[in-house]
Amino acid sequence: MRHVISILMENEAGALSRVAGLFSARGYNIESLTVAPTDDATLSRLTLVTRGSDEIVEQIVKQLNKLIDVVKVMDLSQYSHIEREMMFVKVGVEKNSACEAVKRLSDIFRGNIIDVTDKTYTIELTGDSSKLDAFVNALKEFRILEVVRSGSMGIARGEAALRA
Amino acid sequence: MELTGAEIFVECLKEEGVETIFGYPGGAVLFIYDALYKQQDKINHILVRHEQGAVHAAEGYAKATNKPGVALVTSGPGATNAVTGIADAYMDSVPLVVFTGQVPRALIGNDAFQEVDIVGITRPCVKHNFLVTDVRELATTIKKAFYIASTGRPGPVLVDIPKDITVARCEFHYPKEITMRSYNPTYKGNKRQVRRAVDLMLEAKRPVLYTGGGVVLSGAAHELTEMTRELGFPITETLMGLGAYPSMDKQFIGMLGMHGTYEANHAMHKADLVIAIGARFDDRVTGNVDKFCPDARIIHIDIDPASISKNVHVDVPIVGDVKHVIIDLLEELRSRTERPDPAALAVWWNQINEWRKVNCMKYTQEPEGPIRAQYVIDKLWELTGGEAYVASDVGQHQMWAAQFYKFNKPNRWINSGGLGTMGFGLPAAMGVQLAYPDETVACITGDGSIQMCIQELATCLQYRLPIKVITLNNGYLGMVRQWQEFFYQKRYAMSTMDTQPDFVKLAEAYGHVGMRIENPADVEGALKEALAMKDRLVFMDFVTAQEGNVYPMVPAGAGHNEMILV
Ligand SMILES: Cc1ncc(C[n+]2csc(CCOP(=O)(O)OP(=O)(O)O)c2C)c(N)n1
Ligand SMILES: [Mg+2]
Repeated sequence: MRHVISILMENEAGALSRVAGLFSARGYNIESLTVAPTDDATLSRLTLVTRGSDEIVEQIVKQLNKLIDVVKVMDLSQYSHIEREMMFVKVGVEKNSACEAVKRLSDIFRGNIIDVTDKTYTIELTGDSSKLDAFVNALKEFRILEVVRSGSMGIARGEAALRA
Repeated sequence: MELTGAEIFVECLKEEGVETIFGYPGGAVLFIYDALYKQQDKINHILVRHEQGAVHAAEGYAKATNKPGVALVTSGPGATNAVTGIADAYMDSVPLVVFTGQVPRALIGNDAFQEVDIVGITRPCVKHNFLVTDVRELATTIKKAFYIASTGRPGPVLVDIPKDITVARCEFHYPKEITMRSYNPTYKGNKRQVRRAVDLMLEAKRPVLYTGGGVVLSGAAHELTEMTRELGFPITETLMGLGAYPSMDKQFIGMLGMHGTYEANHAMHKADLVIAIGARFDDRVTGNVDKFCPDARIIHIDIDPASISKNVHVDVPIVGDVKHVIIDLLEELRSRTERPDPAALAVWWNQINEWRKVNCMKYTQEPEGPIRAQYVIDKLWELTGGEAYVASDVGQHQMWAAQFYKFNKPNRWINSGGLGTMGFGLPAAMGVQLAYPDETVACITGDGSIQMCIQELATCLQYRLPIKVITLNNGYLGMVRQWQEFFYQKRYAMSTMDTQPDFVKLAEAYGHVGMRIENPADVEGALKEALAMKDRLVFMDFVTAQEGNVYPMVPAGAGHNEMILV
């Protein structure tokens, strides 16, 4: 099963490689990973998407908690939660017809066109991962030059919060 | 007053009450060595002959005393030479603080002379590590290192110190206490789980206590013994746990696992309740997990939550320090009016005694035949009254030592369990002897293993360490040969040592006493003679049966009830 795991950790050199190293050393898989400092500059928040049986994910959470730099861990999959991912897609629009069609698709998916040249459109899109997949799929008939995805980040709904 | 980083380093060690450290100098740690030189009356620095030896010696010291061991090495090759010892300490949860020199900060990342990213290299095999980037953080970092290494589930912590930090100056202040928001080990077990565990103990008809190195590390041997007696249950120990419960006691059914006793493994297989204490269900213990304890409910007490239900599903997990939890279990048990069912226990003990009759460790020492390794260890045990500290290397001799030296006290059996590091024995014995100068320290080793850190014989002379090196010389990498005999149709690929040094001359060249013993009749006399030499290292080369095998054995992939006997 797919799990979204949120990790609050010391904003220190090496902390990220401890987390990444744990996954490779123990053979767990990382589907996506995103990390940045929080409102408290001494803390970073990392969201990691992984797949595994309940036993494996339980082990992952325990092993993460064991890392000295890790302050707190939350398996968001156990909460009602929201997930978002951001994507940039650069599409070739040499043909006039392509301009119109790409613009229309971007509107349907509530994307923003953030850069335009006579040959390319660059679209910014936010949503959960499956929406992003669907958009890339819809663009298949055009010439996709680049896809940049941030990886998922997540937050629990309501009162539940991951704080130090 | 302002101190240099190097002076701060020494002050921190003094604050931590460190008396002995093991190390080897080099460019990056010259200022530190200079500071140590000026305070040599305060800190006893032991100069080893190879950095691997420094770390194993620190491990031996720590395993015997339960205090953190300390090693100091230079950057680059000094640091990489220390890695095996660090990994060894990680696998066996040994509290250790290892200091490595590093190139000056300005050169880090430049492929400078003797630069390695030791923090990166050791990340997967330390409990934690630090690169010090500011002299003002040095003291706090060292405080944290000792705190992390010696609390919770102990382990090695590495502190990498760039050379320029050792000359930079700042005000010295050693924090009295340290709190870390990200590290708070749990010591007290959950009350409700303690009650559930006692419920299961009282219901059990075929219980077994299965205890490991955690009992030794937690200093809980006394409490374990008390609880075991109160319950009247059989107890088996892992390789790492030997000595926590007196081996000569009738409730002790021997070591379990691959080379454990017939009775211990069969009891595990038939048990309806397994109480695992400070043990981690290692694959050498469980054998095939699908066949492991098929009828048992399992209680697991461990300080490390990640050990629980990692390999085997646990019914009642109790996260906490073994000693604290046993005290709570005893209290709960004593507050109950019920007692474990005596009739059921009597039946269970009858069954266990039947298994005991198999006498799975029997061997014969023919008077004319080659010396049996088992016989040497038996005699050593007799002559030392089971009271010696025994450091071991890795191989058949290690298993025989575990089987035949019956430990009655914890912290006396010093071996490399998790990593299985050949070369561990001699330097570990040095660490033990330095901690306990007046005790008998034996190193049981093999003709292969002893050559992996043989250079430490020079260290032993320099510091007059009267270790009794007992080499069980079978002319083979015996454990490898045994597997080749069993599983590779006797194709002894590279397990024969075609040439060997003359160990007697070698010992003498290092300034020690050497002995070669070839006849069974001479074993006892030679051991007596060696043990009587209180101030000399004696290197005993016992020429033993070449193709002896360690029995009994649970082959890889088999269940506990599928042991090979002889
Ligand atoms: C550093 C290291 N290399 C290789 C091994 C694999 N190994 C395990 S036991 C063994 C043989 C040990 O030979 P010896 O020390 O003579 O002991 P014996 O088994 O003969 O008693 C070997 C090579 C190991 N455990 N450690
Ligand atoms: Mg050998």
